[in-house]
Amino acid sequence: MTPASDGNTHRPTGMAPRLLELADELRREGMAVGTSELLDAFEALRAVSWADQAEFREAIAATLAKSQEDLRLLELVFDRFFFRAVEREAVGRGLKEGAKRKGVERMDLDELRDRIRDALRDGSDGELRDLARLAIAAFGRQGEGSGVIGVDVQRIRRTLALKGESRRAEPQDRESVPRERLRQFEGHVRRELERELIERTESLAPARPLRDLDRALPTGPAQDLAAVHRVVAGLRRRLATHGREHRGRSRSSVVDVRRTMRHSLQTGGVPLDLRYRPRRPRRPELYVLCDVSTSVTSASVFFLSVLHALHDSFRRLRSFVFVERISEVSDVFERERSFAAVSRAIAGDAGVADVSGYTDYGRVWLEFLDGVVDDLDHRSTVIVLGDARTNGREPHARVFSKVAARAGRTFWMNPEPRLYWNYGDSVMAAYEPYCTGVFECWTTKHLEAFVNALTAQR
Amino acid sequence: MVESILSPVSVDFVSIEETQTALTGAGYLAGGSTALVCYLAQRLGKPVLVEGPAGVGKTELAKALSRATGRSLIRLQCYEGLDEAKALYEWNYRKQLLRIQVEASDAGWQEVKDDIFGEEFLLARPLLTAISEERPVVLLIDEIDKTDQEFEAMLLEVLSDFQISIPELGVVQARSQPLVLLTSNNSRELTEALKRRCLYLWLDYPDVERELEIVHLHAPDLEESVARKLVEVVQMVRDLDLKKPPSIAESIDWARALLLLGAENVDEEVLRRTMSIIVKHRTDLDMVAERVGVKLTDGLIGSRPAG
Repeated sequence: MTPASDGNTHRPTGMAPRLLELADELRREGMAVGTSELLDAFEALRAVSWADQAEFREAIAATLAKSQEDLRLLELVFDRFFFRAVEREAVGRGLKEGAKRKGVERMDLDELRDRIRDALRDGSDGELRDLARLAIAAFGRQGEGSGVIGVDVQRIRRTLALKGESRRAEPQDRESVPRERLRQFEGHVRRELERELIERTESLAPARPLRDLDRALPTGPAQDLAAVHRVVAGLRRRLATHGREHRGRSRSSVVDVRRTMRHSLQTGGVPLDLRYRPRRPRRPELYVLCDVSTSVTSASVFFLSVLHALHDSFRRLRSFVFVERISEVSDVFERERSFAAVSRAIAGDAGVADVSGYTDYGRVWLEFLDGVVDDLDHRSTVIVLGDARTNGREPHARVFSKVAARAGRTFWMNPEPRLYWNYGDSVMAAYEPYCTGVFECWTTKHLEAFVNALTAQR
Repeated sequence: MVESILSPVSVDFVSIEETQTALTGAGYLAGGSTALVCYLAQRLGKPVLVEGPAGVGKTELAKALSRATGRSLIRLQCYEGLDEAKALYEWNYRKQLLRIQVEASDAGWQEVKDDIFGEEFLLARPLLTAISEERPVVLLIDEIDKTDQEFEAMLLEVLSDFQISIPELGVVQARSQPLVLLTSNNSRELTEALKRRCLYLWLDYPDVERELEIVHLHAPDLEESVARKLVEVVQMVRDLDLKKPPSIAESIDWARALLLLGAENVDEEVLRRTMSIIVKHRTDLDMVAERVGVKLTDGLIGSRPAG
């Protein structure tokens, strides 16, 4: 997949439009690519050889990407983009990957499986690609193709009985293969499937934007807790330094009478210079309620670690977890420093009152109102982390409104995309009017928006 | 270092491979895109913004670049409250005052003014020094994320046009173009304006093989098997959720310490005694002893063959 497929490697005439298209696509995905960056990219491409895909890609990355997130995005977009560019050429010129693969017919599934497993351990990228094609061919013979690429990839993987190493597994396990490589292999399979589809239909499906979920928070139970934690660690740092940039830049509007009078002594008691009271960053008193039921399993790992981070950053913070009933876990967070220990304690002996395993929001409000409401005042902020799915039970929105009325501010973070709210047993609409703000929260971006709202000054 | 008589430019890289070799020669094993970005930085004359976790060798990269190119290194350590007077230039008030006293009262206002706002009375701070050197230097602006946004804005002029405006004196143009590295631990978001002017380089912890090479480079006498085990332990420790994960420099330190102690194996005993070299927090120490020490006893580390 050389970028300049038509062979003019001297002048970037054929390349320039491609690069501009790439930039366009990146912009559509939300990356800020300015003209100056593009100029840099062209300049950089003049300095590296195009024959090497890695160098080409890195030169683009160094000039266009400006953060770790950008790098990740670029990685996702880059492959897709140049794959499509090449395929478009091929369709345009009526090229086909002729000659059906020979010798494939002979190989049975077990042998293929072993070869793929070996290649995953220490094969080259090219080898993986070839094997991906073989796997598709073998799979096609079984006649199980669903026609949906994403589904087929997973089926092929299952047929081959490939599983990734669990993170801390002992390396002795012969069956498992390195995760990173497995992902590469899946990428190859996906690309080859796409290629076949394009060949069959002789047309290119319209480009879709990256699914947001591809970029979403790694919250799936299979995914790493460490990844979640890295996100939150960044958040914690930002919380720690937040508000600093506001200090000094905008003056508060409250006149400090005492200091003004004092200062006026220099001018004979005439207050020429007004002194203002400095603005203090808001350190709210937080009450966080976190849903840990099964309907939010994947999100609650993430939420717990957010809670964990918040505990480090805010001194006055009380946290509660609930499923059917509510229980306070502030002391667990204070006692345990490591996140793993916290989640173990909460799952185990912190006594999450969980009889049926179904969330009962109404009951939670009643209990919360009962136990805590006297402590709530206008300085306190209540944050609810949950999907507002009551399993058909009474939502008790009126009770919630009482809680919201007592507290200064009430925020709701919902781990589901806004689209799903109020469908099925979700009663988000019942609670929404009483909240200061409701947020969908399933990517880091959402989380940041929330943190900004939380730490904003009134 | 390399002396060039005619041209003020010292060693310049002409290819990516050469950059890589030169950096290796300077004791820095550049991984991934590092060499490429350094090469581009020099070719395009653009500053590089280096980000990554603490202890992956961001600052060291600047030092290595200075060694590899034979340029001298000028370092500006950033901190909260850093201002122009400490980063750019400052007027030497005392000297100015002396000058005025010597002139006494008979000199005219204009003469004195022209006189005391001359270069003689200017105290150059790192940034001004960097661009007014005859021979190009490597300029390291360390931990740029510690400063406030106002300071970043001030940097823009230096970084994109390589000039500094001094109101009393006019614009000071660069005599030579420094190779600029900015490092950041990402403790706050940098402004778009600054990022736009930089190439971006993300450094991460190296994988086992690369770290092994690094350890080899700096502690060549350490036995292969010990070194491998050491690196594996360090990587495992990094995977734990520690307050401060061990940096590359610390694994090198540890390797040297093991060499001094004449350790022939990294077992639980050795780990317990020397752990404090790589782990620097009370709570972290406990966790490492608990998690990693046990595995060492069971022989779970080091049993995996190369690759």
